[in-house]
Amino acid sequence: MAAATITVPQSDMPLSANLRGKVGMWCLIIAESAIFSIFVVAYLYYAGKSLSGPTPAQVLDVPYFTSICLFSSSLTILLAEKALHHGNVKRFGVFWFLTIALGVIFLIGTGREWYRLIYQDGLTISTNLFGTTFYSLVGLHAFHVTVGLIGLTVIWLFTLFGAVKQEHSERINVFAMYWHFVDAIWVVVLSVVYFITR
Amino acid sequence: MASETLAIAPTGLSTRSLAERLHEWAVTVDHKRLGILYIGYALVFLVIGGVEATIMRVQLAVPNNHFVSPQVFNRMFTMHGTTMIFFVAMPILFGFSNYTVPLMIGARDMAFPRLNAWGFWMSALGGIILYFSFIGGFGLYGAGSAPDVGWFAYAPLTSPAFSVGHSTDYWIVGLLVSGFGSIATALNVMTTILCMRCPGMKLGRMPLFVWMNTVMAGLVLVAIGPLTAAQLMLLIDRYLGGHFFDTQAGGSAVIWMHFFWIFGHPEVYILVLPAFAIVSEVIPVFSRKPIFGYSIMVAATVSIGFISLGVWAHHMFTVGMTSYANAFFVASTAAIAVPTGIKIFNWVGTMWGGKIIYKTPMLFCVAFLCQFLIAGLTGIMLATAPFDWQLGNSYFVVAHFHYVILGGIVMAVFAGSYYWYPKVLGKMMNETLGKWHFWLFVIGFHLTFDFMHVPGLLGMPRRVYTYEASRGWEIWNLIVSIGVIFQIIGILLWVADVIWSYYKGEIAGNDPWDAWTLEWHTTSPPPEYNYAEIPVIRSRRPLWDLKHPEDPDWKYE
Repeated sequence: MAAATITVPQSDMPLSANLRGKVGMWCLIIAESAIFSIFVVAYLYYAGKSLSGPTPAQVLDVPYFTSICLFSSSLTILLAEKALHHGNVKRFGVFWFLTIALGVIFLIGTGREWYRLIYQDGLTISTNLFGTTFYSLVGLHAFHVTVGLIGLTVIWLFTLFGAVKQEHSERINVFAMYWHFVDAIWVVVLSVVYFITR
Repeated sequence: MASETLAIAPTGLSTRSLAERLHEWAVTVDHKRLGILYIGYALVFLVIGGVEATIMRVQLAVPNNHFVSPQVFNRMFTMHGTTMIFFVAMPILFGFSNYTVPLMIGARDMAFPRLNAWGFWMSALGGIILYFSFIGGFGLYGAGSAPDVGWFAYAPLTSPAFSVGHSTDYWIVGLLVSGFGSIATALNVMTTILCMRCPGMKLGRMPLFVWMNTVMAGLVLVAIGPLTAAQLMLLIDRYLGGHFFDTQAGGSAVIWMHFFWIFGHPEVYILVLPAFAIVSEVIPVFSRKPIFGYSIMVAATVSIGFISLGVWAHHMFTVGMTSYANAFFVASTAAIAVPTGIKIFNWVGTMWGGKIIYKTPMLFCVAFLCQFLIAGLTGIMLATAPFDWQLGNSYFVVAHFHYVILGGIVMAVFAGSYYWYPKVLGKMMNETLGKWHFWLFVIGFHLTFDFMHVPGLLGMPRRVYTYEASRGWEIWNLIVSIGVIFQIIGILLWVADVIWSYYKGEIAGNDPWDAWTLEWHTTSPPPEYNYAEIPVIRSRRPLWDLKHPEDPDWKYE
């Protein structure tokens, strides 16, 4: 094009194509947030409307330990990102593994909680509205944790085989955004399910 | 210029075997091919959805008709609505945006080409799942039955007690899967527009087509999620014994309506914004004037995007909400008329004083303007709660939203098809056939949908499979059904034009309309990589600058 010889001022340059991973992930996070928000609205709307027991106050305990584990995993993944950014792949692998471990502890905690709810308290997804909304919302989050863990594990295996290098730092950042999102959603779910409506 | 010396892309002219070419289409990640796939796929479903509509109109043409049974009629209106919204309108508009956006912003492809292919194939899979219900609706018993719960599938009709078999599940899963595809495509369009623009293309220099598709993508991202969530809840109710929409256990049928329409109303704007986008490109080119009030158009588009998220319950006035809720949704719905009105005035302002060229694309745009205005006016009538209490769920509503979809969106799609066909296939479409298509379709449209308002006003409810004689509805229904014949002939002429022009049409050249946006800078059809050299632009009409170096736009913008 004839105009190709002109120089474009910096202010006229659009966002760099290198940012597309982050922008794409933000879009995914917005779309996922829309899904979660409807489940949260349903939970809040149906809180206290169950026609039969058990109620949240009777059976729910705040999962302090596993929540702290999940929140800490945001910190360890951040440290892993930093390590890779500086080219320290070994340190990256260690913190990445810690992130996986903390995520697994969280899932085990959820599993134990559900086991207790089902077999001791007799609360299933079809027992009452509380059961329906509780298992759906917490389950949707747990599903996202599971997906995140699968991704984390795949990347960790790649690290073990030496395929992850410093130049992948930006991609790792994009994946980490998803994990941070899963943690952030837990802040909402935890507050709504275990504090606001209990 | 480097791009003009390049060989034309080998579409249709190759010596490779059919299997090889089909394989290429199946594995393609090229945004142009995926755009064509989207449009072709939508056209197949357009025929299917059209047949379903025709069956309904035959049944309703005369009173006490027995052309189809009530059960079949229920399946027809359910499948017609679902098909036309999710498997015709959305994919065809995604096709336009897939094909055109990267070319318009001077990019070589979308931001995520493989995700783009994934999005298309998920949408395609969704349509196949929905239609599989015709043969698999009752599972292994061998008997099929399509879903018959209406396209918005109100509870408790969808509960296992009232929807036996799996047809409703095919409806749920089909929409769920195609929804994932839509989210992927919207994510891709948004990222492409934000990150892949060529040097010099600031947000304020993007063609309005690109701006409106940006807002469309944003709406898809926030609006499809609620539908996905509601469908998941319905699956939980149907398969795991949940109680979300089960009133016997304290659940609420009304909350399904809220969740559905939180998706459903933004969906209208997801469909109409790309239509606005097409009109905003065609009208300036065929009026020989730049668009009037570019920045106001952008502002109006963005505000439509925001307001459309807060109007959903105007679909629910007849359910019985509080007076505060009614007042809020009446006001917010009326408010959306303001930016929409601004747009109509700006399009008219673009035409005002222009040298208007009445080629087929422009004819469809003029029809769009008139018909969309009327659709908006009946929209304001229905947005007034007391009026809606009288006419909610009547044929007046059906006439209103078909005026929006057929009179607005489909007209714009026709305009876009005549406008970009030369770019996509390198040949001009036939004007004579195009004019016949236009007049027959517009006459058919008005016969059907103008007169459909009347039985609505006379109290004919929607979704009845037949009616008694002597209600005063007979003549109106007959006229409505006669209009369908004209529309069918119009559509057939369009298809004929598309096929005939592919073989016999005039060679189009790069820029047959003397247009101004970047896609006309490359060859027709564009090479796989779009631009040999990434263009650099300095104004909203880069091709004007190129053609008029003595008086370029960038001096004034």
